[in-house]
Amino acid sequence: MKPETDRLLEFYRKMVLIREFEERVKLLFLEGIMPGTIHQYQGQEACAVGVCSALKEGDVITSTHRPHGHCIAMGMDIRKMMAELFGKSTGCCKGKGGSMHMGDIEKGVVPAIAIVGGGIPIATGLGLAFKMKKQDFVAVCFMGDGATNEGTFHESLNMASIWNLPVVYVVENNLYGASTHISLVMKVERISERACAYKIPGITADGNDVLEVYQKAQEAVERARTGNGPTLLELLTYRITGHSRRDPALYQPGEEKKKALENEPIKRFSNYLTSLGISTETLEDIRNRVKKEIEDAVKFAMESPNPQPEDTLDDLFV
Amino acid sequence: MARLTLAEALRQAIREEMQRDENVYCIGEDIGIPGGWGGAFTVTLGLEKEFPDRIINTPISEAGFFGVALGSSLKGLRPIVDVQYGDFLFCAMDQIANQIAKLRYMSGGKLKTPVVMRAPVGFTGRGAQHSQMLEPFFQCLPGIKILVPATAYDAKGLLKSAVRDDNPVLIFEHKLLYGAKGARTEPGSVDASSEIPDEEYTIPIGKGIVRRQGTDVTIIATLLMMHRACEAAEMLEKENIKAEIIDPRCLVPFDWEIVKESISKTGRIVIVEESPRNGGVGAEIAAKVAEEMLDYLIAPVKRVAAPDTPAPFSPALEKFYVSDAEKIVKAVKEIINISS
Repeated sequence: MKPETDRLLEFYRKMVLIREFEERVKLLFLEGIMPGTIHQYQGQEACAVGVCSALKEGDVITSTHRPHGHCIAMGMDIRKMMAELFGKSTGCCKGKGGSMHMGDIEKGVVPAIAIVGGGIPIATGLGLAFKMKKQDFVAVCFMGDGATNEGTFHESLNMASIWNLPVVYVVENNLYGASTHISLVMKVERISERACAYKIPGITADGNDVLEVYQKAQEAVERARTGNGPTLLELLTYRITGHSRRDPALYQPGEEKKKALENEPIKRFSNYLTSLGISTETLEDIRNRVKKEIEDAVKFAMESPNPQPEDTLDDLFV
Repeated sequence: MARLTLAEALRQAIREEMQRDENVYCIGEDIGIPGGWGGAFTVTLGLEKEFPDRIINTPISEAGFFGVALGSSLKGLRPIVDVQYGDFLFCAMDQIANQIAKLRYMSGGKLKTPVVMRAPVGFTGRGAQHSQMLEPFFQCLPGIKILVPATAYDAKGLLKSAVRDDNPVLIFEHKLLYGAKGARTEPGSVDASSEIPDEEYTIPIGKGIVRRQGTDVTIIATLLMMHRACEAAEMLEKENIKAEIIDPRCLVPFDWEIVKESISKTGRIVIVEESPRNGGVGAEIAAKVAEEMLDYLIAPVKRVAAPDTPAPFSPALEKFYVSDAEKIVKAVKEIINISS
């Protein structure tokens, strides 16, 4: 198989891995087996996979309260992720983080920041460190549309602009901040318009088209890596699940939801791949392998030990 | 050996640490502006000449640059974040309380976040938003060490330890103790200067110090209140009351041993604080003493603190508001009268 095809199939595999992971987690959660709360990523897979595929080793991302997709796209071990969701000692944060704080710095993922807008200055600081240490790494800051109304968005993009930092601010615009539609909370038609306040490039891309996301992310990452400063990259997408827990998302109109399901990224990419002559069996085979991998992760997580109660007291100070 | 003010001692500590480790840098408002002040109270004055790339002057964006400091610490830098007035820490509260204090813990101990935060505090005729004592807001926040140096010697040694510590450390510096000169001179300042040894030294974080030996009462006080307690002790001495003064120097971690040792000798304790009484540092010390050291006491625990209001502006009101030597003397006499 040609290297280009391999790359496309890897995009596909990662998107399906995210989708199947999230569907399995949803089930475990609804069955009452999994503790805590969850914010899921179904429908936005092309954003994480397209952007993270444009990064190299040493680059780093910050994530949000909806981090599972970003973690998988950065290549984190899904067994450790699943164990973290169960609060087990084998989890990526030893059970101290949970769904909203998962991360693995060795894979370039800062523990996810679950305060909306909280990660934007931190990603900016990572960019400052790369610049001061004269390293050609890039920091990517994932955020939702809602975060662009936070003060930290303004403070951070302004600083990244004046200091010309290697940061890519990725806004996954899924139209809703929790249950509130974007039209109720901002007047601009495109969030990327806000970039003009900082005199940095503001770009909007189809966040459900993994190849377009990849291409725009590559350009932004390249700008950052070559010392040409930050970019605000808005990705238009849709969350085809509730905001959290058992949210039935009744605020999403039926017609809008129906359209979104037709436009969802994995279906679109599958159609594209088959139009290139890749067989549906090949794609099914990938999905089946992914499902096995997930079952293995669930088994690992469920069989892993709980942390000891007194482990609570560890890890506060070095 | 040279006599330095507290601001000069802090500057020397920063300079030495920046010379020692190229990962140390300063970030904050109005630092490194030629012709400027070197931060609001001259601490970083002139350092930009020696370290042009490591004194980073920021926009007025506290939440932003506290987060920037944190992010940079994850990749090996060791930021010293400077805020003009401690009161502005509230603008950065999400970054401090939710991010800086918690990121290492949430990561299961995999990250180090060596962020040093410096914040000027103290009631100095500036009214309610440029005066507050902030220790109580941060003392209850697991994940941050808190330093409260009262002398130039301690300020230098503790700041150097803070920079070398792999954890977040917050240093409260009192505006009346800086000893800033020229246009930045603070009216009503107290001399907190010290002879600073030529050779390098650090002071371990978490170790208190006995400032004055005594047998009748233990007075616990930090920052400006430590100096007020010393004045009070002089006044008490004239009435043959011997006060022992404990300066904890750090609030987190806290040196309980030194308190225990002192009250096992004196049997009486007065806790002086500059902030309002409700939920303050004194409340925590009093509770711990009541839980674990009650047997030593022959008199009730006494607190000297500000009333539970914001700081008023008028000098006449501020005098009523802020704890001073007379109030400390009165408190000491009250518990001595009860118990002798």
